[in-house]
Amino acid sequence: MTQMLRSPKLWLPLVAVAVLAVFPHFMGYYFLGVLTVAYYFAVYAMSWDLLFGYSGEVNFGPTFLVGLGAYGAALLNTNTALPLWLCVVGGTATAVVGGLLLAGPALRLRGPYFGLVTLVSVLILSKFITIFAGVTGGEIGLALPNVLSISSSGNYYWALGFMVVSGVVMTVIANSNIGLILEASGQDPTETEALGFSVTKFKLLAFILSSLFSGIAGAMTVFYLGTASPGTVVALTVTIQIIIATVLGGRRSIAGSIIGAVFLIVAGEILRPLGQLSTAVVAALALLVLLFYPDGFFGVLARVAGGRR
Amino acid sequence: MSILQVSGLSKRFGGLRAVNDLAFSVDRGEILGLIGPNGSGKSTTLSLIMGIVRPDAGSVRLDGREAAGRRTYRIAERGIGMVFQHSRPLKRQTVLENIKLALLPNTIFQLFSKPDVMRRAREIAERVGLGEVADALPESLAYADLRRLEVAKTIALNPAVLLLDEPFAGLAPNEVREFSELVTQLRDEGHAIVLVDHNVKAVASLVDRVVAMYVGEKIAEGTPAEVTGDARVREVYFGGTFDEAEPGKEQIKEALDVESSAEAAAKAEARPVMLDVKIESVRYGKAQALRDANIQVHEGEFVSVVGLNGAGKSTLFKSILGFVAYDGDVVWQGTSLRGRTPAAVTDYGLGLCPETRELFRYMSVRENLEMGGQRLAKPELRESLERVFELFPVLRERQKQAAFTLSGGEQQQLTIARALMQRPKLLILDEPTLGLAPLIIENISTALERLRDETGLTILLGEQNVTFALKHSDRIYLLETGDLTWQGDAESFIEEAGADFL
Repeated sequence: MTQMLRSPKLWLPLVAVAVLAVFPHFMGYYFLGVLTVAYYFAVYAMSWDLLFGYSGEVNFGPTFLVGLGAYGAALLNTNTALPLWLCVVGGTATAVVGGLLLAGPALRLRGPYFGLVTLVSVLILSKFITIFAGVTGGEIGLALPNVLSISSSGNYYWALGFMVVSGVVMTVIANSNIGLILEASGQDPTETEALGFSVTKFKLLAFILSSLFSGIAGAMTVFYLGTASPGTVVALTVTIQIIIATVLGGRRSIAGSIIGAVFLIVAGEILRPLGQLSTAVVAALALLVLLFYPDGFFGVLARVAGGRR
Repeated sequence: MSILQVSGLSKRFGGLRAVNDLAFSVDRGEILGLIGPNGSGKSTTLSLIMGIVRPDAGSVRLDGREAAGRRTYRIAERGIGMVFQHSRPLKRQTVLENIKLALLPNTIFQLFSKPDVMRRAREIAERVGLGEVADALPESLAYADLRRLEVAKTIALNPAVLLLDEPFAGLAPNEVREFSELVTQLRDEGHAIVLVDHNVKAVASLVDRVVAMYVGEKIAEGTPAEVTGDARVREVYFGGTFDEAEPGKEQIKEALDVESSAEAAAKAEARPVMLDVKIESVRYGKAQALRDANIQVHEGEFVSVVGLNGAGKSTLFKSILGFVAYDGDVVWQGTSLRGRTPAAVTDYGLGLCPETRELFRYMSVRENLEMGGQRLAKPELRESLERVFELFPVLRERQKQAAFTLSGGEQQQLTIARALMQRPKLLILDEPTLGLAPLIIENISTALERLRDETGLTILLGEQNVTFALKHSDRIYLLETGDLTWQGDAESFIEEAGADFL
């Protein structure tokens, strides 16, 4: 036990969270706003990595789940008098049900076909939003009557707290028996079945967990931004950013997802003066990391730390 | 009643009848050897029992309950465990955690297990001889230890029936002994064991009963001695038909007409060396697949590399073509082929017919052939097509059919024909008789003879069907578990090496 307490795996994240928690005392609202977005983004990335990193399924539709959570919550908020937290619950439920409807049949497919189905799901959702523009606000989006908090530090703490809770829950799952079985399912489904595990059941579970966290994150994001629009929670560019963030940070690591997401969002802000070129620069950077450090930032950090020990 | 009863089991893959009306049973405390040459459907049978491949027909009863057609994990839950031919452990987890995986229940509601699961995992690790490396990562393990890990995982399941797919492949003799002891222990504890191997001799002392398979069918059943003495089995392993159970050397020579081979070999050796293989070593991760392979092929010569499944024949050919990295060198008419891509090697005039055929499944027969001849100009292409159709008339009839709808024999003919379309100077054939009926093998024999007579094509053949190799070869190399152990002409092969090998 004492050995566990001394392990950097435990105190490093604690120190990191403590440092992040004091940011609002000396950071401006602009910087806090950027980090708030980055934290929600980190949860999108973690949820995606739960599927890709552990069960080995490439989901090209994380924004299908995020979008369902976001729009589910936004529509409830604009059309009903439900309190904000119930709207978040409703949005999350939409994401989970949507995820189940998608993954149920899609997980029967192997290899690239699963990815293709998820990709199509995003396209369908964004078309749906455009077609029913009267209800959904179409391309422009929906303005929400409620927000999580009006202060930038309040919003910052909501996002940080949510990210930390999600990170802890997903870390526990990843290191549990279920994480072990999921990883086996991803690496060798045939042998995993022969060991007596229903691979489909475990992959479905992973997809539901991924939907759950993506859904909550999507719902909370719109209550931070005050609007739900395809460009921020559904578009394929967002999907690509989620994938880049996870891979940049490092596959199969929750901390990596956070590092990747924060890097991507902050780099996007810093490079904003470059205009259209900024996305190209970030993409080129991602490409370099992928080519030379396929384990991502976290993999490099872990190797450096491991080497020193 | 037997714990596992298989009856009427059948499976077709396109035109290939992989398993046909197979029936056998195993009792508790018994080891059944499922034996047959490469391609006879043994591994498919295990996959069918395990539910990895769905049977077309037949029944698999476990303790009287039907299991055929069930999902794999259900079958595993009922009490069948399988040790796969290839080890694919979780790379980021320790040996112990890999074993732990097999001890976990199939539930999504248990996040963590009690400490006794880890204790049990350690016990199993000790038992199979992995005690010292229990906390190591699989990548640091020796090849034999990786195989032990697979066995450990299956022991963890504690299945009533254990399926072992070629458990001894790639192991050293002392490791084989240890493994055999472990298998015997498991039998004595009351497990029923089905063990697949391609060689009766290797497992004769271990198994209680043998079922011999050939081209998907059971051809003999009984004690190891009974099966080795069986006329059908001998025919399958020797290829030809002999009157006596133990044919004399003279008889073999006569049946195969090899008298002239010594002269032919001498003549061929006078010609310049076309291909000079000087491969020092080929490794697949931890397993050494090939050691000091020195092979020369002279112009116009027919050279065979014979050896059992797993001896390294395919590895040798893949190395020559540049699909596999090796230490040493391969020299083609004075030019080193080392480090060149398969495409470049093919351009020099080497054509390979791979063991796995690698046809373009959904293309028609004609399209497959045109792919082979895609570098040829129109008139040359037409001429080459005409030529291979003449050699293999059945392909002309099947021109428009998709390749995967062909029978096994037709597919093999198409494979050879496609390689010939490249107009190679050296044709490399990897196990062309694999899983084929005698009549089809005869067809291929005739085609090869015609090719040599009419064009003087140089051929390098890899075979486990020794009779087929003896019939055609000027010279023979014997490959055993990665080592070349003998070389000479066909006649001396029968005199010197044949008895041991056959």
